[in-house]
Amino acid sequence: MDSSSEYSLHHPKWHRDRTPIFWWVKRWVYICFIGREMTSVAVAYCAVLLTMVYRALQSGPEAYAALMSLMSHPAIIVLHVFALLAVLYHSITWFNLSPKAMVFRFGRWRVPDLMISGGNYAAWLLISGGIAWAYATG
Amino acid sequence: MSAMKKSSDPFWWTLFGAGGAMTAMLVPMLLFLIGVATPLGWIEGPSYASVSQVMLHPLTKIAAFFLISLSLFHWAHRFRFTLYDGLQLKHLFQLIAVICYGAAVAGSLVAASVIW
Amino acid sequence: MPTNITLEVLRYMPEDGGAPVFQEYEVPLRADWVVLDALNHVKDHIDGTLSYRWSCRMGVCGSCGMMVNGEPILTCAAFLESFAPGPIRVEPLAHFPVIRDLVVESSDFMTKLKDVKPWVIRKEGEKPLSEGEYRQTPEELADFKQYSMCINCMLCYSACPVYGLEPGFTGPAALALAQRYNLDNRDQGNEERMDLLSNDEGIWSCTMVGECSEVCPKDVDPAGAIQRYKLAGAADWWKSLITRKSK
Repeated sequence: MDSSSEYSLHHPKWHRDRTPIFWWVKRWVYICFIGREMTSVAVAYCAVLLTMVYRALQSGPEAYAALMSLMSHPAIIVLHVFALLAVLYHSITWFNLSPKAMVFRFGRWRVPDLMISGGNYAAWLLISGGIAWAYATG
Repeated sequence: MSAMKKSSDPFWWTLFGAGGAMTAMLVPMLLFLIGVATPLGWIEGPSYASVSQVMLHPLTKIAAFFLISLSLFHWAHRFRFTLYDGLQLKHLFQLIAVICYGAAVAGSLVAASVIW
Repeated sequence: MPTNITLEVLRYMPEDGGAPVFQEYEVPLRADWVVLDALNHVKDHIDGTLSYRWSCRMGVCGSCGMMVNGEPILTCAAFLESFAPGPIRVEPLAHFPVIRDLVVESSDFMTKLKDVKPWVIRKEGEKPLSEGEYRQTPEELADFKQYSMCINCMLCYSACPVYGLEPGFTGPAALALAQRYNLDNRDQGNEERMDLLSNDEGIWSCTMVGECSEVCPKDVDPAGAIQRYKLAGAADWWKSLITRKSK
């Protein structure tokens, strides 16, 4: 009996392949999937960052200035660029998947996927623009 | 029908979904401004006074808390399944869930204590 | 333009003992041939011991699903020319036990199809004949029609990494089938199916990889069906929380 195959109790001659630990490197779509899931780490990091900003704000101007200068460190900026790419990937994949969950039908006409994701992207642009404007005008 | 047999996953999934939607809308621009554009000098960061005025406003505090907490729960749910499927840690299923959601709860408590 | 193309077919013959091995066959590269035609050529002219399933050869029966160059596909829909110059790797459908050569054991799938109660469930019993038929407008049909197009080809199960990791997972086709009935206006079985499927082996195992919908030859979109099911399941969970509290 070949030991690399696993046999079932009741059907000893069926061949079963065990899913390898690195199943997700075998196909590009699976790599992208794991990448998408790992963007959640960047999202969690941003939550931590925001908490740190609050702690600095509550501590006073010196603490805030110290945090800002820490964030100007080149290594931190590089880290943030990678984090930004990750959260962008999160947003894009999230909005692209939105039509799967948001299904609206009027009679026989179903709202096209592009309109759903387009609507999400439009909202994203508006909100981002609003944040940027608020930030720039102080 | 025993309610105990029902998975608690719907609860965590709701938080994951809310967190995913909120972060998808808000985080990229926030991170770009605070983490990249201002340190690189592309845009003038607001003064401590203006930032405090906006961020320490009661409504902003509530919104920020939700953003932080939901981000953490979004991460917890997604990361839990990635560990489970990606590394096939079937025997550690319960442990992974406790660690991930526990971390999210802990982080939310820390955030709350910092913000208020 | 080459006249031949090589197929690398995974052979597994349990009576010979030993592990599966690849066997090469050279077949004519004809413009109108699909992989299934090539397999039939092998069986008819080269090696009669090759075993595989097929039937309609036009993409409606769901019998001829196999892994071609690592992707689950209906072999009656895969033109040889699109893989030229080859070689073309043909393996049995992933995530299922292999009985022999390219023939897989599908009873797990069959069981799951039955488990989701794929029939119109009436809570209040059948209408008497005198009351006439159950009426359904074209709009009501449009609600679930997409999910009724499944040909049970199991490509989605081969594409789903979760099914490969957790054989207990109900799976894309079965969940899409459940939705086909949940969204049917004649059906009143939502609650019954939700009780069955809102658990760790039902909808909540799905991590929205999305590959099931990508490989589906009939555009059933099981990923979308499951995503909507999750929304309904979550809403149901919160509702039951509130109603339980108010009792």
